[in-house]
Amino acid sequence: MEFEHHFFHADQLQDFLKNLQTAGYTCIGPQIRDGAIIYDELNSVAQLPRGISDEQQPGSYSLINNNTSKFFDWANGPQAIKPLLFTPREKLWESKQSPQGQITFKTSEPILEPLAIIGVRACDIAALKIQDQHFMQSQFIDPYYKKRRENILLIAVNCSHPAKTCFCHSTGDGPFVDDGADIVLTELQDGFLIESHTSKGKKILTGLKLKYRTETQMKESKSIEKQASKQNRQLPKMDIKSRLFAEINNEAWHAIAMQCLSCGNCTAVCPTCFCHSANEVPDLDGQSSSHYREWDSCFSQGHSYIHGITIRSETSQRYRQWLTHKFSSWHDQYGRSGCVGCGRCSTWCPVGIDVIDSIKQVGERRHD
Amino acid sequence: MINSNDNSYLPHEAIILERIQEAPGLFTLRLKFTDTKIQENYAFKPGQFNMLYLYGVGEIAISIVSDPEDSHIIDHTIRVVGRVTRGMTNLKKGDRIGIRGPYGRGWPLSESLNKDIVVVTGGLGCAPVVSVINYIEQRREQFGRLNILQGIKHSADFIWKDRYDKWRELPDTNVLLASDVGDAIWPWHVGPVTALFDQLEFDADNVSVMMCGPQGMMHVTCNHMLDSGVASSQLFLSMERNMQCAVGHCGHCQYGDKFICKDGPVFSYDKIHDLFETKGF
Repeated sequence: MEFEHHFFHADQLQDFLKNLQTAGYTCIGPQIRDGAIIYDELNSVAQLPRGISDEQQPGSYSLINNNTSKFFDWANGPQAIKPLLFTPREKLWESKQSPQGQITFKTSEPILEPLAIIGVRACDIAALKIQDQHFMQSQFIDPYYKKRRENILLIAVNCSHPAKTCFCHSTGDGPFVDDGADIVLTELQDGFLIESHTSKGKKILTGLKLKYRTETQMKESKSIEKQASKQNRQLPKMDIKSRLFAEINNEAWHAIAMQCLSCGNCTAVCPTCFCHSANEVPDLDGQSSSHYREWDSCFSQGHSYIHGITIRSETSQRYRQWLTHKFSSWHDQYGRSGCVGCGRCSTWCPVGIDVIDSIKQVGERRHD
Repeated sequence: MINSNDNSYLPHEAIILERIQEAPGLFTLRLKFTDTKIQENYAFKPGQFNMLYLYGVGEIAISIVSDPEDSHIIDHTIRVVGRVTRGMTNLKKGDRIGIRGPYGRGWPLSESLNKDIVVVTGGLGCAPVVSVINYIEQRREQFGRLNILQGIKHSADFIWKDRYDKWRELPDTNVLLASDVGDAIWPWHVGPVTALFDQLEFDADNVSVMMCGPQGMMHVTCNHMLDSGVASSQLFLSMERNMQCAVGHCGHCQYGDKFICKDGPVFSYDKIHDLFETKGF
């Protein structure tokens, strides 16, 4: 798609934020907390991680000063959009029992305000499209996800600083955004290129002092894209979808399981993982009870439990379930791989299991 | 506002019309939605299931055993195996629970018209196939020969003797029972159920085989049937996995690329045989 590119100077970013607030949005954006870049309510550009970059390796994440004045010169932290739409805990409904034993059910209504999410990366937009498919485009529609989804404005910022764990270029999901956002920004040395991709997005641009972009600025943007596309890690060049299932009895699963703690960190930070459990919480007054859904993980003991049997009692079986689902059976379910190359599962693995190494370990043909 | 009609997660109140203790730890609840409109519009197929909700405890997936054309009542036979089912044992006539459903794809009954039928079950009182047998019993002339093969571990586990006796009286019906461990009054086969395969009466080119029970038993049955010349597309298995949402969202029941809750629970063997021999899926 071709969009009209404009430019605004970096010191106008606060005006941009103000435009969003005036339009009725609560802004959510990146900021530093507990040594990581997370997304939370953003009221001022002063909260943004300016002059900060990150260093990531499997099992390691740290922030550093980068001696620039850029706001978005970092790769994704542990979470972005997923927890805002598919929330870690969502009350689905409530039941009440009368003294005579009659039960009434009431749908729980999430209290929502329009959210503008600023700083979203291409990998997370790709993941969002997958979650949309899962929760909104299958046989059954999840009304809670749908309601939250309809309530957001996405302001993407093209990625200029992929981490060493990133491989979005090889999954075809980044580092620049094609579609799926309302507004797309590219951060240059002294300001931002801005494109509105939707009418909702275009409205926000009203009143901003926009200039037409110059050839030099376009060149700078192209060069950022080119640099950011050079990523350390790539998916191995093999038919991953069929190789993983061809190797379901490979010893390598056991070798990986010797390291894996089955902690579920990878599934918690994965922007496409959708597993959740249903939990019932009776209120202390004994007259009502609430039904929640909460994030679950295929690495938990209870995930595969059925009347006295745990189908996946061993860590090797759980790791295999996760990897074969994400990279193989996901294709049959959603028409693409479940991986968008964000690299979070590697970075946030406490023992530093690298997902690409795992695919190679299992899937590569050995020539003994 | 979220419209309650658009909320697939929301149960509706149902009342227990009758509670039948089938055996120790096994009981049937006969139920009806309290909202007459919901009851009138409720329709299901044998092999489908409902999510039953026990107030303050939670939900559980249970298959429907009543006849799909009986619009007045919904029967669920429940085995006490976990927290929710244990809580449900205390329910009595007049008590209320929540129901949402029906979910899943059931047995291929219209596709099985005029075919011989082989029903193989293992373990105790296999509710999903009881609905099939009842269905065929009510429409006996529409199907070919009916074979019912039930294997259990110990003769003392045998339940529903009356039902098996009744089925034995049906025309063109072959009821075969086997127990791994017998006792003095067990009149049927002692040994593995597989020893009775030779006594089944069916035309391999015109048969539907319907199975429910432990995966190992279904596997042995599938292999035997394939050896006998039955196509894998005519072998049907009712699969069980952890189910918490019943609408393909929660992810617990995934089996390769399938969601057992909405793509199954009944599958033909050709659709699932890839992973069937591997533990952990």
